[in-house]
Amino acid sequence: MNKLRLLLSLLVLFLPLGAHAALTVEIVGGAAQQIPIAVVPFAQQTPVPGQQDTIANVIGADLRRSGLFRVLETRGVANQPGGDINQVNYADWAAIQAQALTIGNVEALPDNRLKVSFRLLDVYKQNQLVGMEYNITPAQLRMTAHKIADVIYQKLTGEQGVFATRIAYVSKSGGRYALQVADSDGYNPQTVVSSAEPIISPVWSPDGTKLAYVSFEKKKPIVYVQSLISGQRTVLANFKGNNSAPSWSPDGKRLAIVLTYAANSQIYAINADGTGLQQLTRTSAIDTEPTWSPDGRYIYFTSDRGGSPQIYRMPTTGGEASRMTFEGGYVVSPRISPDGKSLAYIRRDEGKFKVALQDLQSGQVQILSDGAKDESPSFAPNGRMILHATRIGARGALAAVSADGKVKQRLSESGGDVREPAWGPIVNQ
Amino acid sequence: MNKNIVMSVLLVAMLAACSSKAVKETPQAAVEDKSPVTTQSTTSSDSATSGVSDSSLASNPLKDPNNILSKRNVYFDFDSDAIKSEYRPLIEAHAQYLSSHSDAKVFLQGNTDDRGTREYNLSLGQRRAVAVKKVLNLLGVQDAQIETVSFGKEKANAACADETCWQQDRRVDILYQGE
Repeated sequence: MNKLRLLLSLLVLFLPLGAHAALTVEIVGGAAQQIPIAVVPFAQQTPVPGQQDTIANVIGADLRRSGLFRVLETRGVANQPGGDINQVNYADWAAIQAQALTIGNVEALPDNRLKVSFRLLDVYKQNQLVGMEYNITPAQLRMTAHKIADVIYQKLTGEQGVFATRIAYVSKSGGRYALQVADSDGYNPQTVVSSAEPIISPVWSPDGTKLAYVSFEKKKPIVYVQSLISGQRTVLANFKGNNSAPSWSPDGKRLAIVLTYAANSQIYAINADGTGLQQLTRTSAIDTEPTWSPDGRYIYFTSDRGGSPQIYRMPTTGGEASRMTFEGGYVVSPRISPDGKSLAYIRRDEGKFKVALQDLQSGQVQILSDGAKDESPSFAPNGRMILHATRIGARGALAAVSADGKVKQRLSESGGDVREPAWGPIVNQ
Repeated sequence: MNKNIVMSVLLVAMLAACSSKAVKETPQAAVEDKSPVTTQSTTSSDSATSGVSDSSLASNPLKDPNNILSKRNVYFDFDSDAIKSEYRPLIEAHAQYLSSHSDAKVFLQGNTDDRGTREYNLSLGQRRAVAVKKVLNLLGVQDAQIETVSFGKEKANAACADETCWQQDRRVDILYQGE
């Protein structure tokens, strides 16, 4: 078992004052074939206080966390090229079996901005695979490192990287609930809203600028939409009874929600501004947890119309539903992979609640997680990992598992209780 | 079904008879009640405006520990929304109160134990709240006086590991507006 503990607390300096405790990411297991890569510390003409090595550390941690890379120790290597490609001695890097090498520069600009440049080099072919330059503010340093990690990841694995994304989750401490947004590695947590009453079911708008969520602050579940840019929030749905389980349509114009009025949960669609309410299911059973397919054609949902909770899907406009799951007596919380090909959900297996993944073509099901009370699966925007809630004792924590079940991560807040994760989309900043 | 309705009409009639006695008993209760809960008199003043004599002003039957109306929890079996017979008198008393206080409004808050997922448990808690509401409806309470909501497992004790602990969380709480 390749167990690496990534304690990035050295970089706590970057946390804004008053921010919540950061999540610590631990990786359990990894892919069989890991790409060996050396990330040379970036050269700095004018060192920025407290930021030495930040970029290389963040890149290295990102790549390692993915489970697809073996990040090599660079300190003992004779060749220390800094950011200069002409100083690279490939033989030294081949000697430690690096397949790829990154070098880079951080340069302070007169206007208090930074110029970050990097190159990804192929050690065997002795050539440059890609080179990039970023003109940023010091506050954007970590996010820039994530972007560089994304470029490296894409170049070497062929898949889109998701390090420069954000995650939302609910943290409970001292009897208060806080909806938080943090970088994908758990850093830079920011409180979006906090309340003495529970907050559940956060979901990102497709453009990554808003969160919809359910708050019990008025002693009943009400759906809110809040801008992450202005902080302004609006009530999306506050009808008699419960208002819950929001899910955005892929175009961001509508949301599916669950209302009860005076009866059981039923699925509705509503415009993002709260107008145009339309009822989509009409049963006496429980119909809940709607989620749109990425192509916008279907809404997948949980229903107990057949006796036990199972996953169904119906056209986005409502109408006849077809049952999608047949194994297990308790199957809930459907989520569709970004490519539309697989369905993740929570399934009860011998009394334990686990994340499972079903191939929508073959119907084949794989149990991915090994917790006892796992819930709230959320796909990374590249579909590679599934973030979900888990339990450590009575405390909530987050975990992530790769879609092939091989890489597992645990994200925990020291002494905290975190739940309801939602992985945000890839946004071009 | 028809039999049920006849039965409940009878029950309502019987309860009405009982409760008129209860109203007469309130001055006694008020003596015990008065000092500890003076601040709560504001909630009872809503119903007092219906023009009843000062006896109802003096005591709030919803807060009187000797009155069944102060009992607010209906407990359920695992994975069930069936109302157990032991809770009939409690629900009938609230039905009677709501019928005779048309301004009163009640929230039925459904809850589940900690097992299962949040949104689905929210729906299960709602189903329990609806089960209590249906009994109130049968006893003549209007929908306008009832709101069914659910907290799902949000109020449940996450440290529970056995049935005696879990069963405390599988319940509907009856809350009057203003409480």
